[in-house]
Amino acid sequence: MLSSAEAAARRRISSALRAEADDIADRWVQLQLDRGALGKQVSEVELREEADDLVAALTSGLDSDIPVENLVATHQELRQAVSELSLRRARAGAPPTGTSLAVLYLKEALLEAVQRQTRDGDELFTSALLVNRLLDTAGALSFETYVEGREEIIRRQSRQLLEVSTPVVRLWRHVLAVPLIGTLDTARTQVVMENLLQAIQENEAQIAIIDITGVPTVDTAVAQHLLQTVNAVRLMGADCVISGIRPPIAQTIAQLGIDLSTILTRATLADALTAAVKLTEDSSAQADPRDAR
Amino acid sequence: MTRTGELASTTTVREADQHHGADSPAAPSRHPVRTEEDLLSVRHAVRAATLSAGFSIIDQTRVVTAASELARNAYIHGGGGTLAIDHLTRHGTAGLRLTIRDDGPGISDLDRAFTDGFTTGAGLGHGLGGARRLMDEFEVHSEPGAGTTVIAVRWASR
Amino acid sequence: MNGRPSNGVPILRLGDVLVTGLLNELDDKSAVAFTDELTTRISTDGARGVLVDISRLEIIDSFVARTLMELTTMARLLGARVIVAGMRPPVAITLVELGLQLDGVETALNAELGMAALGWYQSAQPPQGGGRDTDR
Repeated sequence: MLSSAEAAARRRISSALRAEADDIADRWVQLQLDRGALGKQVSEVELREEADDLVAALTSGLDSDIPVENLVATHQELRQAVSELSLRRARAGAPPTGTSLAVLYLKEALLEAVQRQTRDGDELFTSALLVNRLLDTAGALSFETYVEGREEIIRRQSRQLLEVSTPVVRLWRHVLAVPLIGTLDTARTQVVMENLLQAIQENEAQIAIIDITGVPTVDTAVAQHLLQTVNAVRLMGADCVISGIRPPIAQTIAQLGIDLSTILTRATLADALTAAVKLTEDSSAQADPRDAR
Repeated sequence: MTRTGELASTTTVREADQHHGADSPAAPSRHPVRTEEDLLSVRHAVRAATLSAGFSIIDQTRVVTAASELARNAYIHGGGGTLAIDHLTRHGTAGLRLTIRDDGPGISDLDRAFTDGFTTGAGLGHGLGGARRLMDEFEVHSEPGAGTTVIAVRWASR
Repeated sequence: MNGRPSNGVPILRLGDVLVTGLLNELDDKSAVAFTDELTTRISTDGARGVLVDISRLEIIDSFVARTLMELTTMARLLGARVIVAGMRPPVAITLVELGLQLDGVETALNAELGMAALGWYQSAQPPQGGGRDTDR
């Protein structure tokens, strides 16, 4: 019984959408502008384009045989329309509640259109329930996508920050240095490793100095990453010097039982550079390595 | 890592397929791992998939290397099998899932199989444990006599 | 001596150094054939050094890594020093994450530096001539 009433209401909403697509979109844009939920971040032209997309997606979604509860989640076009709208607002800096409220305003625009089609109380009530169920899931998806969109922005920004905070500088002929400042985590050591290896290849560097004077603490994970970096550098045919290990860090490394004995270490960056220059001069002076044996 | 029987593993894969099916930008592909030449074709196919997923050169290298390890495992220990590549999306991040199945004898001691240096054939015995380190998610379903399925996912890191 | 079919990987001789390179499309059989041929050539040519250029390898999995390590060990037993040159950065990172260090394998940034380490200079005479310090 209920399902047949529901089916009728669904057809009713569908036909209202079809008959008044432009009006519904206009009204929705108007509602969003009037209530000012979005601030000034999204222009009216953009709002209108979004509205057209979403109304079209809703129409084709309701024509499918997917249950209303799952429609937003599973209908490709509808899901995409809601996600894109929310992502765009997240990127534009619109507030999160405003974004999901804006999606919910569509209920009003849609129900007004249904009301223009029928005056039957029961049918209107069933339609209202249906529209609620449908657009509540859209509101929820919108909020979720918005948050993901912000997170993506944060990830991208911290990545960019990483790139600028880990410069590889050329100190001498065939000698590079990476002065590390601040806390080292996995992501950061990864970027250091990638940038350093790339720079070694480009500069034909023989020695890379990793200076950790500005690193407050070193834990097991970071020490392992440093070791991995040194190993990768060696695989490429260059070598590493680690400088600036301060006494507390030396203590930690010793207590953690991490073996850095195969790695050349120096107290200061200056000492490391002296050692590096000597090493590169030795290796180029050594015409025939077999003589050295 | 999970350890379940053959039945459970089949279910896991199907659910996952349906879940990601809706927003997969590219069609999944399936490749035989029956001959040595197949090992090369698998590498090409996985490389192409990493490119179309927009992976960085380092992520490309990680995934192709892991695929090479897993395909060789299936070829040498599993008597051959198949490799399926699926494109995934999560929070707007592209990902790739490799599913390698073989009908071989299965792995009786998974913990040992993950230990570096453990090997029952050619290679360095870094196959399974190494591949796991190169991927973000890694599951092995195996039972003696019922073959092995490895499901490995890597997400684009930027 | 070269009765076996060639695997398509050329091995050049420059004085007492053998120069060769691995290609991306190397399959397992060719890798084994390559190791065999190179070992034979070290012995027949009396080579003292071997340069293996790997700058074209887009991946190194445990099989290729093992091939390189075995090659180095065998060459050393035959009195030759092997230098593996030109590993790409992504390959080096992946190899380290894979847990392989290529123990015992000497590396160089590129073929030119590898040859220099084996005693070869662009303007050099035969290695026993001692080109030491002349270009500094």
